[in-house]
Formats: sequence, structure tokens, C-alpha cells
Amino acid sequence: MAGWALSPVEVEALKLSLWVSFWAVAGSLPLGVLVAWLLARLDFPGKSLLDGLIHLPLVLPPVVIGYLLLVGFGRRGVLGFWLHDLAGITLAFNWKGAAVAAAVMAFPLMVRAVRLSIEGVDRGVEAAARTLGAGPVRVFFTITLPLVTPGILTGLILAFARSLGEFGATITFVSNIKGETQTLPLALYTLTQMPGGDVGAMRLCLISVAIAMAALLASEGLARRFDAYIRG
Amino acid sequence: MLDVHVIRQQGTFRVDVVFRSPDVGVTALFGRSGAGKTSVVNMVAGLVRPDRGHIVVNSRTLFDAAKGLHVPPEKRRMGYIFQEGRLFPHLSVKANLSYGMHLTPPAERHVALDEVVDLLGIGHLLHRRPAKLSGGEKQRVAIGRALLTSPALLLMDEPLASLDRSRKAEVMPFLSRLCGELSTPILYVSHSLEEVLNLADTMVLLDDGRVAASGPIEDLMNRPDLQRLTGADDLGTVIATTVDAHVGGLSRLHFKGGILWVPEVDAPRGSRLRVRIGARSVAIALREPLYTSIQNIFPGRVTAFTEGPGKLLDVHMDIGCPLLARITPRAMQALALTPGKPVYALVKSVAVSRGHLNAALQPGLDS
Repeated sequence: MAGWALSPVEVEALKLSLWVSFWAVAGSLPLGVLVAWLLARLDFPGKSLLDGLIHLPLVLPPVVIGYLLLVGFGRRGVLGFWLHDLAGITLAFNWKGAAVAAAVMAFPLMVRAVRLSIEGVDRGVEAAARTLGAGPVRVFFTITLPLVTPGILTGLILAFARSLGEFGATITFVSNIKGETQTLPLALYTLTQMPGGDVGAMRLCLISVAIAMAALLASEGLARRFDAYIRG
Repeated sequence: MLDVHVIRQQGTFRVDVVFRSPDVGVTALFGRSGAGKTSVVNMVAGLVRPDRGHIVVNSRTLFDAAKGLHVPPEKRRMGYIFQEGRLFPHLSVKANLSYGMHLTPPAERHVALDEVVDLLGIGHLLHRRPAKLSGGEKQRVAIGRALLTSPALLLMDEPLASLDRSRKAEVMPFLSRLCGELSTPILYVSHSLEEVLNLADTMVLLDDGRVAASGPIEDLMNRPDLQRLTGADDLGTVIATTVDAHVGGLSRLHFKGGILWVPEVDAPRGSRLRVRIGARSVAIALREPLYTSIQNIFPGRVTAFTEGPGKLLDVHMDIGCPLLARITPRAMQALALTPGKPVYALVKSVAVSRGHLNAALQPGLDS
């Protein structure tokens, strides 16, 4: 039975993964909803460009994204230097960088889910709220946002699952440092490269599957609950 | 006073509408689908911005293109009742009702929640969500939600159009009561003659984005040149009456030309009623007929002639109010009718059909 117990390194990788993914998702949610709303509701010059830019992580090799992050946000990167100097934030080679890499990779999934949901909201209902005395901001928070809750939940869970699985961009941007940037997939990869790491790798593999399944089931369940709520 | 002049180009369709309507009562925006009715209401509500013109409600300017003034919809205090209800699906009926009320400054609220709930009979629905309501119930809640903002003007865009016949019958009494009891003016959009005759006092007739005519309903309905637009099946005269008595299966109605006997109507004494008399159901005699089954004989005189379809002639008479008769050229020659000639108009009671009467029922305006 000893084969089932996680080693301290694996526990650390699991905790770090959950921590990094949590911040990746929580940090990008407001921006994700904003961008989804912009794309769903407004027409502005450069809209297609923005749309394309957001979807790049879906079609580019993750290593490319990791490399771009390294160039931009590394210690000697333009933005990284600026961020370090002005805000005292360093992203290179620590868990914050891992969270940023995960957030960038998961962003298109979140935006797509929320955008679809916003496009499904009856604009007539929003117009009705306007005639009842609510300004655009109030309409957004009291009508639009509650009605897109299922889309936001779906987006959150998809993005969380994607963040947990992030590998290429993370290892390129922040490397594979035990306890700092070694998330679950990185730990799994490391184990496969070590003699005798098979059992550990299998354990992490099973954990990954379990978390992903749990996330999908939770998303499904929450969506169903919301549906039942709307139907009274 | 509602003073509207709006111009807006929407693709190939151009809306250019000018009208004024009185402070109280119901003004119907009437016309076929596609005549531009909803566009006009959306502009009054502020949901659509006109290219040019102005909109003034109760001497408050809501839109003035020349001054670049466009009051946003949330600051206009228009109670808008949409064709499809547009309730908030995630809120209970009670929360729907109070959504706009809470956004109205307390000093300007003059409609109480309990009153509205009673008036519309929706007390048992307060804790349900819109998905659990029938079409008629949804529309009643939508009416209540708009009323509770204590609006300066109620806008109703075909509030009954999405309902089937029995649901219509369910909501109609509430609407008539509202129209009668409220001091809030109402702009009522409809393509249904029945509703307009029922509810409205003033009519603005829209055709292809323009106002074809506007004025009191009776005046417009009785103009043969507008018959194509008023959409009546055949030419007729709309007459405003008051229910005087119910006697032996008949009802006695008072109108400007005297007394009209019709099959008994389901309306209390004293209530106001619009009846429509088809021009084909009116006969003309030169002397008062003595031995006849016809109950309604009105002395009057010929005022004018217009040509009807297929060589038929429409005779305009004045019997204290206008009345139209459609006759053949042969009858015309036999009677040698000329303008000013004294005549008797004969209207069979049963010709003023019950359906027409019910269609034109307007109870409780001042009773």
C-alpha cells in the first residue's frame, strides 16, 4: 500500500499547482469578463486584432508563449524590468511567473466561455432595465452579470483545468524549480526522467485525472443548479 | 402633452413622424406591422436615437437634435411595457416589480406596490420566478413593473400581441381599468383595431414611416379615404355612446343622434361604449317608414358622396353625428339624393353585431 502515499515532493507539487492555478484564474477573471464583454457587445477598430491576439495561446506552441513571456517579463525584459523597478514585483523563476504563464494560456478558454454567454443574453431585457431607471453600469451588475453566471462558471473551471495542466510555457518562462515553480505536470515530467520514478509518475497522473474530472463534474452540476434556479 | 417630431433613417426605411397628444388618456399609434410604430416608441423611450427632431413630454425636453440633447433612457421616466414582457428571468416577481421602484427617488413615487399588486391581481405570484408564469401573468407583472416607477408616460408596445385569445381576455380588463383610472397618459402601439377602439381616445395613424392622419378616433375611423389604413374589413362609422338601459334582450345606447337599440351588451349602465355600424347595414329612406321591423330610424341630411368600390356609392349623412351608408347607383337615382337633402337613416339592431359591440367596449372611463 506504500505505493499510494504521496512523497513530500509530490505533495508540494500538488499544493503548488492548486495555488498557482487559483491565482492564475482569480487574477485573470475580471479582465476576462471585461474583454469578453468588449468582444460581445462593442464594435471598435482593431477588434479582430484583439480577438486574434487573445486566441494566440490556443494555436501557438506553449514554448513560444513561454519564450515571449521570458523576453517580456524576464529580469532583463522590458516589462519585467519596469515591473521590478516600479512595483517591486519579480515574475521570473518564481510561482507568480508560473501563475502568469498559466493565466495567459488559459485566458482564451475563459474569454470564449464568457463571451458566448454574454452573446446569449437578451439585449431587450437589458433595455427594459434601462427604461426602469438603471444606468449602463447598474444594468451590467444587476442584469447581465447574474445572467451570465453559468458562462463565468464554465470559463472559470475550464481555465482552472487548463492552468493545472500548463507545462510548456511554464517550464520555458520560470523553469523547473522544486518548491517554487515545479507544478504537477513538471513534477510528473521530472519523475519520468528519473530511474524508478514510474510509480510516482503514475500517482501524479491519477491525481491529475481525478482533479480534471472533479472540475468538469462540478461545472456540470453548478450549471444544472443555475438552470433549476432560473426555472423557479 | 406629448410633442414628438422624429426623423431617422434605418437602412432603406425612413421614419419621419410628427404628432402631439393630450396630457391624459390613451393615444394609439396605429398602423400595419412595419409602419414604424415600434421605432417611434423606442425613440420616445430613448432606446433609439433619432437623427433629427425633438421629443417633449410634459414640457420636459427629452431629445433635441438642434441642441444635441439626448436624455438617456434611465433618466426619462418612461414606463415601457414590451410586447414580450421582458421580465428579468433571474429575479422573483416581487424583485421584478420593485426593480424600477427602488430606482425612483422616494419623493417622486406616487404608486404603491400593494395597490399595483391588487389592481393586477398578482398577489399570489410574488415569490415565483418568471419562467413559472403564464403569458398573461407575465404581461400583468410587466405592466406592474412599469407602473411602479411612477412614470411620466406609459409606453405600451403591442402588450397583447404575444398572447392568445383567452390570455388577451385576461389582460384586457386590467388594461381598460388602467386606461380609465390612471392620470398618466399612455402611448399605445397596436395593429389591432379591436384594441384601439377599446382603449384609445386619440389615434395617430402611421403608414410607411409617416403620419397619415391623427385626431379623435371617431373622426379618423369615419374617413373613407383612410379605410385602407384603419384596416376595417368594410367601411363603417364609429359612434361614441353611453349605455342607458338594458331592456328585454336589447340595450339602449345614447349618442349624439339620439337612441340606438342594439342586442344586449355586457356593460354596466353609464359606461361608455364605442359601436361600429357597417355602411352596408345602413339603409336610406326619404320618408319616415311606419310599418317596419327596423328599430333605429334617425332623421338627418345628406352631406356628401364618395365613390366606393365597384361603382357603389358611399353616402355621408349627418344625423347629429356622421353616419355612412353604402348604396347602389340605382338606389341613388331612385332617391335622387343630393347634398343637403333630408333623409332617414335606417339601422337594423342586429346589424350592429354583438361581436362589434364587444370589440368596441370601453368600460368605466368615467363611471
